[in-house]
Amino acid sequence: MSLLEIRNLRVEFDTAKGPFRALDGVDYTVDQGEVLAIVGESGSGKSVAMLATMGLLPDSATVTADKMEFEGLDLRTLSAKERRKVIGRDISMIFQEPIASLNPCFTVGFQLGETLKAHTGLKGKQVKDRVLELMHAVGLPKPEERFNAFPHQMSGGQCQRVMIAMAIACKPKLLIADEPTTALDVTIQKQILDLLVKLQQESGMGLIMITHDMGVVAETADRVIVQYKGRKMEEADVLSLFESPQNPYTRALLSALPENAKGDRLPTVSDFAQAGGF
Amino acid sequence: MADDIILKVRDLHRVYDIKGGMFKKASQLTAVKGVNLDVERGKTLAVVGESGCGKSTLARMLTMIDAQTSGTIEIDGLPIDISKTGISREMRQKVQIVFQNPYGSLNPRQKIGHVLEEPLLLNTDMPAAERKDLALQMLEKVGLQPEHYGRFPHMFSGGQRQRIAIARAIMMKPKLLVLDEPVSALDLSVQAQILNLLKDLQDEMGLTYVFISHDLSVVRYLADKVMVMYFGEVVEYGTRDEVFENPQHDYTKTLFAATPNADVESIRKRLAAKAA
Repeated sequence: MSLLEIRNLRVEFDTAKGPFRALDGVDYTVDQGEVLAIVGESGSGKSVAMLATMGLLPDSATVTADKMEFEGLDLRTLSAKERRKVIGRDISMIFQEPIASLNPCFTVGFQLGETLKAHTGLKGKQVKDRVLELMHAVGLPKPEERFNAFPHQMSGGQCQRVMIAMAIACKPKLLIADEPTTALDVTIQKQILDLLVKLQQESGMGLIMITHDMGVVAETADRVIVQYKGRKMEEADVLSLFESPQNPYTRALLSALPENAKGDRLPTVSDFAQAGGF
Repeated sequence: MADDIILKVRDLHRVYDIKGGMFKKASQLTAVKGVNLDVERGKTLAVVGESGCGKSTLARMLTMIDAQTSGTIEIDGLPIDISKTGISREMRQKVQIVFQNPYGSLNPRQKIGHVLEEPLLLNTDMPAAERKDLALQMLEKVGLQPEHYGRFPHMFSGGQRQRIAIARAIMMKPKLLVLDEPVSALDLSVQAQILNLLKDLQDEMGLTYVFISHDLSVVRYLADKVMVMYFGEVVEYGTRDEVFENPQHDYTKTLFAATPNADVESIRKRLAAKAA
């Protein structure tokens, strides 16, 4: 059985101009120990799909799916209270802006502890010990000193490490990372990606990487879904996607990479859109 | 040969004073330490480095937003030191800048036509009709339509906004254009369009670019010369091929090693290492 299985997911937003379909009938499956990358440009619905899975979309969104199961648990009919037991424990998520994701008024040690208190039976000293252990696991230097640090006292890369520590605190079965390195420098990006892949391999959890960066896909994914304007364009394992992309949109994305530039001009997606008709 | 150098910078420093408070002594931060560079007319110099390395401070000094603490800047033979001489119209016309975030760099209450005409209004004595003509020409040049003249920034996508920001920067026909991460906020396909536009404009108008970026694949595509900065100092400076093929400094090597590889060979290697 797949870890996460979603069939025919549609998301519509109510707008002043009538309903807007952000996602139009897309299927997702993730197996245990698998890294799935969802890649697309802004407006492709890659984040919306995962927010719908987590139940984090606003009331203006209508989510429908033929099937939406996490380990056989139907996510569509879950009440808010039941959902809170799953979210944060079995499924957790990391967002793009690490500094904005943390509460500026509390120390990182306290915020890490909150997750543990909510989902595990740990108390007092046990919580602190586990927090220090987690901070060590994500490679934060001097955890004892950092425990009482506020988010503004740390760099973006360190805040992202804290977010990762928080996400893996309850040993989730599925981790969703929404553009986890977009706001970070290249050298820090490398460290964070290596950390995520290492944690994923050690724990055997499923990992969904949402990104617009083909480089990040190439460095982390097992399987890739390419999305464009709310539809799935292509799904393939990472090697065949880069070696022989089938869909014209995927080909367009890959040839728009500056490192693949042949000649003086970069081909753009609209050049392909006219020829490929998508 | 020597008069082909359009931007000449010698031993440039910028020191910021950090105010002391109740618990902290006042201190000084040197953001840029002794930068030397030359850029030839019509060429592109890329400045690479991570956040906090001083690349944006350098851009601020080149565009006269900030004064240097010491050292000399010469743009098209004109010495620039705004703390001593102030800024003249002549200096303003030499250099313009395009910022990273096209959402923050356009005034939401200003129509596109006014955005484009403002530099002319401030720096020239051109009559209104002529300004409008120039603005319309410029819209066409950057790939927008005449009907966009009367629209507001929120009606445009990120890529279109960046086209507007570029159009505004070249309204004055500057000699030197400083581009501070102009494509970092854009999608891949839009990024390709903007990079193409920048190349076209360079060929057409003989522009010289100082291109600030952290994305090495973009730098490799666009630059003639590359400068790598690290904690305010220049650690690597040379032609694109020299720097990319034979990096000397440890930081440059780390930077190259950290850049994700999207070629089939490295994916194959990674998958093999994972299976083992």
